[in-house]
Amino acid sequence: MAIVVVDVALKPEILDPQGRAIVGALGRVGLSGVVDVRQGKQFVLNIDGDVDKAKLDQIHEIAATLLSNPVIEDFTVQVRP
Amino acid sequence: MTPRVGVITFPGSLDDKDAARAVRLAGGESVSLWHADADLHSVDAVVLPGGFSYGDYLRCGAIAKFAPVMGKLVDAANGGLPVLGICNGFQVLTESHLLPGALTRNDHLHFICRDQKLRIENNSSMWTSNYEIGQEILIPLKNGEGGYVADEKTLDELEGEGRVIARYLEINPNGSRREIAGITNARGNVVGIMPHPEHAVEKLTGPTTDGLRFFTSLLTSLVNNGKVSA
Repeated sequence: MAIVVVDVALKPEILDPQGRAIVGALGRVGLSGVVDVRQGKQFVLNIDGDVDKAKLDQIHEIAATLLSNPVIEDFTVQVRP
Repeated sequence: MTPRVGVITFPGSLDDKDAARAVRLAGGESVSLWHADADLHSVDAVVLPGGFSYGDYLRCGAIAKFAPVMGKLVDAANGGLPVLGICNGFQVLTESHLLPGALTRNDHLHFICRDQKLRIENNSSMWTSNYEIGQEILIPLKNGEGGYVADEKTLDELEGEGRVIARYLEINPNGSRREIAGITNARGNVVGIMPHPEHAVEKLTGPTTDGLRFFTSLLTSLVNNGKVSA
């Protein structure tokens, strides 16, 4: 059993209105000094068997086509030890 | 022969019936297409309707682009088939890379529903040929993720090539870059628009009938291209 984690985040130049709303909420609950929040998504893939290079390449491909929209988002893929 | 215009229904589509009605009011024959269909049933054009395809899970339009019918649609659109994407349909078109850019969460975070004034800026696309450039129209707008974004180079290209088909007037309701409400591809057969022309086709149910010309434009374009006889 292997776990692969794909993190997806809006590109820095894309406005994140949800992150901005969270900044406002953090101030209201007493956490000061937070100037910016970016909200992203995390996909945790539980995979039966080993993750070899071919499987990892496939996951990268899917991260770039389904899990993220490369026009507005960046992603990272990590194999969890 | 009456032009046959397909309207694709995905699980979660809402405005497919309205789109089909707009096609009929314009003088076309509407053909219901299902997301799982293996082909396009030889239609002359396709409308991707508004709604929340596949619950808008993951991203709006992201799962719809992998529907069986979409593979055929992308090939046909690249071959010149006229395609209009309205609201969620516009999102599906950008996710499918038939149109550049993306639609993102409204900058004020609220779902918006209002009658919206627009200015038509392109009347050479197959879906806008019956409008006049500069014509102001009023049609319903309803979205939560309607903010049009693209990088500066793409925005400059769209404007330089006259591919912005409509812009928001008076207010920018969702934070769209450069007030863009709708765009076309370079060929002029694929158009995406965030507000809803299909909800403004009859006095009884819409604020105006200003939206009807999207559909009559299509029929005119099909006749002019020799796809169907007048």
